[in-house]
Amino acid sequence: MDLEKMLSDRTVSLKPSGIRRFFDIANEMEGVIALGVGEPDFKTPYSVRQAAIQNLQHGQTRYTANAGLSELRRAISDYLKRKFDLAYDKKDEILVTVGGSEAIDLAIRAFLNPGDEVLIPEPCFVCYSPIVTLTSGVPVSIQTREEDEFRLTPEQLEAAITPKTKMLVLPYPNNPTGAVMRREHLEAIAEVIRRHDIIVLSDEIYAELTYNGRHVSIASLPGMKERTIVVNGFSKTFAMTGWRLGYAAGPAAAIKQMTKLHQYAIMCAPTTAQYAAIVALDHCEENIRQMREEYNTRRRFVVDAFNKMGLHTFEPEGAFYVFPCIKSTGLGSEEFCERLLYEKKVAVVPGNAFGDSGEGFIRVSYSYSVQHLSAALRRIAEFLQELKGE
Amino acid sequence: MMDRLLELLNTDARMDAGTLAVMLDTTKEEIERRIAKYEEEGVIRGYKPLLDYEKIDTQYVEAVIELRVTPKKDFGFEEIAQKVSQYPEVDSVYLMSGGYDLHVRVVGKTFKDVAMFVAQRLAQLDGVVSTATHFVLSRYKDRGVYMTDMPGDERGNISL
Repeated sequence: MDLEKMLSDRTVSLKPSGIRRFFDIANEMEGVIALGVGEPDFKTPYSVRQAAIQNLQHGQTRYTANAGLSELRRAISDYLKRKFDLAYDKKDEILVTVGGSEAIDLAIRAFLNPGDEVLIPEPCFVCYSPIVTLTSGVPVSIQTREEDEFRLTPEQLEAAITPKTKMLVLPYPNNPTGAVMRREHLEAIAEVIRRHDIIVLSDEIYAELTYNGRHVSIASLPGMKERTIVVNGFSKTFAMTGWRLGYAAGPAAAIKQMTKLHQYAIMCAPTTAQYAAIVALDHCEENIRQMREEYNTRRRFVVDAFNKMGLHTFEPEGAFYVFPCIKSTGLGSEEFCERLLYEKKVAVVPGNAFGDSGEGFIRVSYSYSVQHLSAALRRIAEFLQELKGE
Repeated sequence: MMDRLLELLNTDARMDAGTLAVMLDTTKEEIERRIAKYEEEGVIRGYKPLLDYEKIDTQYVEAVIELRVTPKKDFGFEEIAQKVSQYPEVDSVYLMSGGYDLHVRVVGKTFKDVAMFVAQRLAQLDGVVSTATHFVLSRYKDRGVYMTDMPGDERGNISL
């Protein structure tokens, strides 16, 4: 039997995420000063870890309700209200998932019929398009532009809508660009959406990492809650990537279908993580503030450093990435990153890993200490000097 | 809440004013003015490197001495603390809550040096009731800085 032939054509046809070969090389190389990871350098707040240990000691290790612990859904409901002025009923409008990723998967699967189009502003995180394809939907990318600060514009949105458009993915604050949609930008998008029957999948995983003003959820705008699925989670906000915990909030009819899928595939999110997450939501405001403050300090430092070395870098207002433009070097994104890795042992991610419009850019993560960042930035500056000499 | 400038200096006191200004979204002059003011007011008392003595070819011994003392009428612990502080061998002096009164860190070249200093100087001071000497064997972390080799970044070099 030829196993290769047995595999699903559709699964095999999916592009591997990012640029696998480069990633393998970068991760295997020793002595690298990396600026490449997409997760916080902070540890999960101590009180959250303590809560998990305590629950394990008490032997609370069984399945929870499919939708998640009632007390956790209460805490999520309170948090969304307090932070983003979003009112969701803990009983039937919130679903606890295995990371924000699962919530994205469920939302797409709950809404798509074969042939339905999903609009995806790029550059963006890499999971949306493959999930749409697997669900027999059609991913339609919208290339956002640096001159728009990588925001989705209402004109671009309007131009991409067809009678088959079912859903818009709204991934802001954005990985990899750090772009943020402020209230006025969201209002312009909502204005277009309200004129069509389109669902918004708002991926707000980086919501707490917003630096100039507070995060606004599109679901909080008039008439939008009924057509929006909000996805959020604990990974970035509370530095809990390994706990695998996220959630979706949305209209009861949608959450009901998503919960059904979740029940078949997952049963429930990890119980220990759920108990710990209650403490995170109820008691870790000060931890969030401190982490945000620290990220913000680094953000200013890194943006300034890149602009000073001659790589034009727009000021990102969210997440923990900067997205310098490397077109002035004459190198493509991948070539730039490979040479930087081999010649200076600094790892950054080629912008085109996140979509075609990321070509000509690199993603630099600042989830590293200032000392680490300084050392890496010095090497990048040297690299640029040497390029000029060629 | 502590001034963010002090927090940053606390992680690395050698960061230059220009960098600090970028980080705090202000001007270099403003940073210099604020640091000068902190120095003048005695908020910032000094800047020293954190040395790893194990990597320096020198004799170095460090001990913590628990001192129990009889507080003096009208002066409390102030007078004895001042007296202890004056010795160059004494690196730090803290007044403590709990089982003893003064926490004294003493540095010397050899164990014998430190032991002699405690026996001949500290123990004999007026008002000292007892001493207990604890020699430092190894330093893992000092003032927030790891003094051992750090493990690698468990996150790897690159991820999306």
